[in-house]
Amino acid sequence: MSDNTISDVRAGVAEKKSPRANSLADHPLVQLTLVRFREFIREPEALFWVFVFPVLLAAGLGIAFRNRPAEVLRIAVVTPELAQSLRQEKLLDVQQVDTEAAQEALRTGKVALLAAPGSSGSVEYRYDDTNPEGRAARLLADRAIQRAAGRVDPVSTSDQLMREAGSRYIDFLIPGLLGMNLMGSAIWSMGFAIVDARRKKLLKRLVASPMPRPYYLLSFLLSRILLLVVEVGVLVGFGALLFHVPVRGSLVDLAVVCLLASLSFSALGLLLASRARTIEAASGLMNVVMMPMWIASGVFFSSQKFPDMMQPFIKALPLTAVIDALRANMLQGSNLAQMAPQVGIIVFWLVICFALALKLFRWR
Amino acid sequence: MPEIASQSALRVRQLRKAYKDVVAVDGLDLEVLAGECFGLLGPNGAGKTTTVEICEGLTPPDSGEVEVLGRRWSLDAAQLRQRLGIQLQDTQLSEKLTVQETVRLFRSFFRQGAEASDIIARVQLEEKKNSRVGDLSGGQKQRLALACALVGDPDFLFLDEPTTGLDPQARRQLWELIEEFKQSGRTILLTTHYMDEAERLCDRVAIMDHGKVIALGTPRELIASTCAEQMVEFTAGSVSHALDVPALRRIAGVREVRTENGAVLLQVAELHTSVPALLAELTRQNVPLTELRTHSATLEDVFVTLTGRHLRDE
Repeated sequence: MSDNTISDVRAGVAEKKSPRANSLADHPLVQLTLVRFREFIREPEALFWVFVFPVLLAAGLGIAFRNRPAEVLRIAVVTPELAQSLRQEKLLDVQQVDTEAAQEALRTGKVALLAAPGSSGSVEYRYDDTNPEGRAARLLADRAIQRAAGRVDPVSTSDQLMREAGSRYIDFLIPGLLGMNLMGSAIWSMGFAIVDARRKKLLKRLVASPMPRPYYLLSFLLSRILLLVVEVGVLVGFGALLFHVPVRGSLVDLAVVCLLASLSFSALGLLLASRARTIEAASGLMNVVMMPMWIASGVFFSSQKFPDMMQPFIKALPLTAVIDALRANMLQGSNLAQMAPQVGIIVFWLVICFALALKLFRWR
Repeated sequence: MPEIASQSALRVRQLRKAYKDVVAVDGLDLEVLAGECFGLLGPNGAGKTTTVEICEGLTPPDSGEVEVLGRRWSLDAAQLRQRLGIQLQDTQLSEKLTVQETVRLFRSFFRQGAEASDIIARVQLEEKKNSRVGDLSGGQKQRLALACALVGDPDFLFLDEPTTGLDPQARRQLWELIEEFKQSGRTILLTTHYMDEAERLCDRVAIMDHGKVIALGTPRELIASTCAEQMVEFTAGSVSHALDVPALRRIAGVREVRTENGAVLLQVAELHTSVPALLAELTRQNVPLTELRTHSATLEDVFVTLTGRHLRDE
């Protein structure tokens, strides 16, 4: 008997082994977790949305919003004298045209500003003051004209240029996408799998067997944590390699934030899936919950752009807390203690959602 | 666990379960003996599945008592689950897993039982062990579901409509597997609305209708209890020569007369006296006979006699 056991272990094949030889692989938790992996890996669409899509999105947006060399502003002038003095300014692209063409160019946004001679030697600037380019062109043009006319600045100044990684759009974007991905993959993988199993009466079949019920839930969390390593690794690694997006905080803190975020969103997913019987009902519910966070939580643009009145609500959203913490870690190098308010919000959602989900959950 | 043949594997007393305004189970009493194959026969909506799911500990009853293998769900759920094999009505197992992965998953939940590969062989799915569940035929899926019920080497097997929707060949294959399990002397509770299935597999049958048991006994006893064991079915008459149906009741040995889709069904005690008498009566009425058939009464006839409806009527 013992000889058989040893040779079977050595053979390492799935068949014909003594029950004890493979006791770890035949543990219900291991089997349930393997099921989660197999179902995930055998769904090519899921692989695309979780691993490939965020990278494509980051690459696309990173290229579209890449930092260009300091931009040259186009302006129009109607007299050669003005053109000559304005051409002293290197940041202006000066076009000399007739009044009518200049008006047309200004109206259609081809130029940011139109400079024309006013009465008795003065100069008139026409521009849209709500357009930042217009205001910048006004300042540059005015400085060039005053200097050409002999103005001397009383205070001497010098410029020191800062073009550092960490303050570009891609640096802002990668933590945002990471947070969005943590939310999406946790809620979708949890929600769809559970509702689908309930719809197929597979949940009922499982509870009719002696499966320890907490293991079912644990298998989701275990597979989530393992996939998390890949998910976070791919996106952060991509950002670091291609765009030199920094990770200034400690990697351990980053891992803790990602883990808490994923657990918290998984609990939210579990709550959303606790009763729904159809995929349609579940996906509707998930979209209703996730949509406001995609918009308000600062994935693509700062959540500060929303009115002050809304800020307390936006700050309380789990995705806002996750993204703020990720940005604080990656861009400012904050440690966990400095991220305490955000971590607190994440843990709060985790506890509330999990408690509610356990209370509401139905196996059938 | 030496079990005496007369010991009961399942005892149900005064079971009631209502959903909103529908009473699914209405004061049901039931006893299944250890080692027998017991059939719950009835039309859709008779309360079979609700009854079985209460016995399986999946649905709590509104009132009444259930004792499975001498234990109660409220006290011994964990031990009971280890000893029961359960196949639910139309469960879809995960389509992306293979046969072997599915059986191994269910095997991992049980403390005892054969190796996954042995069970796959027993339900004749060896050739399909590496196929995805989604690629199996209906019969193969049902055999896999049976395998998942058998992995824990159960003392008591619950099968809820195991052959519904299968073709005749797949049904016979599944029946053979169930008979094999029966031979090991363990208990089966089976629900079905196929009378031939119940007649072939079950030692005893309870006929259910509207949440109650309306007849109980061996299939032979039930058929005998309708008094007449033979059925005569014929079509006769035309527009010009209408059949005088009430006159048929006066033929010697005829217990009951029913018309159904233009055919006439007679329940008779003895074919050899009633059929000649029937032919004589038709000659007397001068009605031409177009078709004549006889068969032994089945459980279906028992159900129709008791309720006036067919098993598969909605």
